[in-house]
Amino acid sequence: MGFFKNLFQSKKKTKTSEKYRLGMQKTRQGVFNRLNDVLSEATLDDSVFEEIEEIFIMADMGVDTVVSFVNHLRDTVDLNALDSPEDLREIIVEEMFKRYTKDTIIDTNLDIDHDPAVILFVGVNGVGKTTSIAKVAHQLQEEGKSVMMVAGDTFRAGAIEQLRIWSERVGSSFFEKPAGSDPSSVMYDAIQEAKEENIDVLLCDTAGRLQNKKNLMNELSKIHKVLGREIPNAPHETLLVLDATTGQNGISQAKIFNEVTTLSGIVLTKLDGTAKGGIALAVYENTGVPIKMIGLGEGVDDLEYFDIEEYIYGLFSDVV
Amino acid sequence: MAFDQLSDRMQMALRRIRGKARLTEKDIDDMMREVRLSLLEADVNFKVVKKFTNDVKEEAKGDKILKGLNPSQQVIKVVRDQLSELLGGETSPFTVNKTRMDKIMLVGLQGSGKTTTAGKLAKYLRKNENQKPLLVALDVYRPAAVDQLVTIGKQLDVEVFERGTDKDPVSIAKEALEYAEKEGFDAAIFDTAGRLHIDDKMMDEIKAIRTTIKPDQSLLVLDAMTGQDAVSVAKHFHESLDITGGIITKLDSDTRGGAALSLRAVSGVPIKFMGVGEKLDALEVFHPERMAGRILGMGDVLTLVDKVSENVDEDDMMGMMEKMTSGTFNYNDFLKQLKMIKRMGSLGGIMKLIPGAKKMMKNTNVDESQLTRVETIIGSMTKEERKKPNLLEKESRRRKRIANGSGYKVADVNRLIESLKQQKETMKKMGGMDPSKIDPNNPMKAMQGMQAPTQKKKKGKGKGKGGFRF
Repeated sequence: MGFFKNLFQSKKKTKTSEKYRLGMQKTRQGVFNRLNDVLSEATLDDSVFEEIEEIFIMADMGVDTVVSFVNHLRDTVDLNALDSPEDLREIIVEEMFKRYTKDTIIDTNLDIDHDPAVILFVGVNGVGKTTSIAKVAHQLQEEGKSVMMVAGDTFRAGAIEQLRIWSERVGSSFFEKPAGSDPSSVMYDAIQEAKEENIDVLLCDTAGRLQNKKNLMNELSKIHKVLGREIPNAPHETLLVLDATTGQNGISQAKIFNEVTTLSGIVLTKLDGTAKGGIALAVYENTGVPIKMIGLGEGVDDLEYFDIEEYIYGLFSDVV
Repeated sequence: MAFDQLSDRMQMALRRIRGKARLTEKDIDDMMREVRLSLLEADVNFKVVKKFTNDVKEEAKGDKILKGLNPSQQVIKVVRDQLSELLGGETSPFTVNKTRMDKIMLVGLQGSGKTTTAGKLAKYLRKNENQKPLLVALDVYRPAAVDQLVTIGKQLDVEVFERGTDKDPVSIAKEALEYAEKEGFDAAIFDTAGRLHIDDKMMDEIKAIRTTIKPDQSLLVLDAMTGQDAVSVAKHFHESLDITGGIITKLDSDTRGGAALSLRAVSGVPIKFMGVGEKLDALEVFHPERMAGRILGMGDVLTLVDKVSENVDEDDMMGMMEKMTSGTFNYNDFLKQLKMIKRMGSLGGIMKLIPGAKKMMKNTNVDESQLTRVETIIGSMTKEERKKPNLLEKESRRRKRIANGSGYKVADVNRLIESLKQQKETMKKMGGMDPSKIDPNNPMKAMQGMQAPTQKKKKGKGKGKGGFRF
């Protein structure tokens, strides 16, 4: 099992991992620090398993997942007749990798090779859609793309202004219609203008909506349709913006938004503020929708492409 | 409502012991294991869950209960009482000063809903406390946060104090305070920027704002969908700012709402209000006991009565009841009834407050766009047709004309005709009821009686479905 140790040591050198480590310091120190204490205990008895269970649940990893995870740990320990909590260190990390990387390579690159490409941002209220759009716009512009932000949240007071200010800061194009306009018509008009202006990527904002509001979800599916009618296969990316402090409701959000708009990925925001963030793992396990990007701060460049290996490494680097 | 899923799981756990004549300690342990998992799944803080399950077990295993009459019912009562205790026991009333200006500061994480809540609170104070509130925009960081509050102020016709985004919030707060006192406002609501509880610099800033304002109320705005972190958020804010109360937002989502359960239990801070929608009147006083009852599936008739008496003219209501029972119910009444329901808030929200209705409605999605459809169709009827529903039933050309005029299909018109007929029939059954016996303060009590039989018919498993009765 030295493999993982090697993997970790080689990872340590790369620059992104450092950023992960820093951004996720809170997460590591918060919940998983306790894991270290537990694994340093003298005897491997039931209370150790209970505490591990407790730690993972407190990280918002989801009760079902945690119960099955810890049962697996128990079995492994029985099978190999292990007697020291220390032995659990690598088993935990290995099992984590097995569970969440699933032997597949997850492509976190955004599908933007279209003319123009359309990225639709969806999510519940207050998760940080507008800020995420600004960050993605910044990143794409750095890569030399011309970007247009589309103010599709015509409902919330001040939403259009908020996106406009971001577009000015980032220096991207911006499309808006008056507050209260039908968001589908905003999308339609924005596409026409983007075609004229030769925009590479459209970043479409939508109003925050709770996933159990049927009317609002219908509205979203209409937006989705309108985009696809104007540009073949658009939106090329539909990203669910998810607040990392969210609890188990994150699973419901991912499931229902996925049903309505077929998500291509998740942007996990505010990860720098939470000591938990295990919802990232729970959502992936429950829906299979990959996390593509994470927000690690309030600055416009505090957005990283997500790498589940880096993430798990970030969580457990102090454990192994 | 938010607690639906939580209550479903709870009910499952409790149903296991319900009806058992004798209970063993093992029964209680088994039940509590389920309860524990359901609370954890609902994002209730781990430590809170531990304490809760221990408390319930200790009380439930006492001789008095295990060997007493109806042990299962008594155990359920213990769960309910402890749950209500966890939520905060008695309702913690929101009180305002009679003699001087109220200073209210809203704080919380980014995206928890402070600005919207500030607007709702202003509306609440004006409506329920007869106050003249001032909204103060202190979020100079988030782009367009000030614009957002100004727009909300315009919608409510409430004055907003703002100094743009170039000044520091502490001095804006000071200026606003002087202005509000000079201009004779009854309350000043300070909308502060969202901040991370672990961001020391920003926490220092909010402490400075607090020292300047010396608020009567420092309210923590907390997203109901928050996970296990809710507790440390609450703790940090409370330690820095001496929070006086909590406002749980987005409780109209499908979250199980464990954050709400944990807030009071961990920090001792009482929950004052809950946000239940995007409209600016979607703010309700938080009643711990009623919420506990709702979690256990007992419905929440009291909240419904509050809503009804707040929004509906009593005469209107009684007039309607008379009409309904006399069988002369027509489209004008139908429309009036719809408008009443609309005024009370979302239809789904109201139905869920009625015991038993929740289960009944499980698969019938109440779509508010249906209300709009009905309004449009009735709008396309002539005055005579509205008064005499049977005209439509008899003549298909009328139905066709109405469909064309309203832009809907004939089938939609037919559906409306059908539902009016159904209503009339239900009302006739109700006619057996003496209208004078209907308590004007609680007209829904009569409705409630109507719910039970329908429910039994639909589900075929009436027993054990109608919520708990102690």
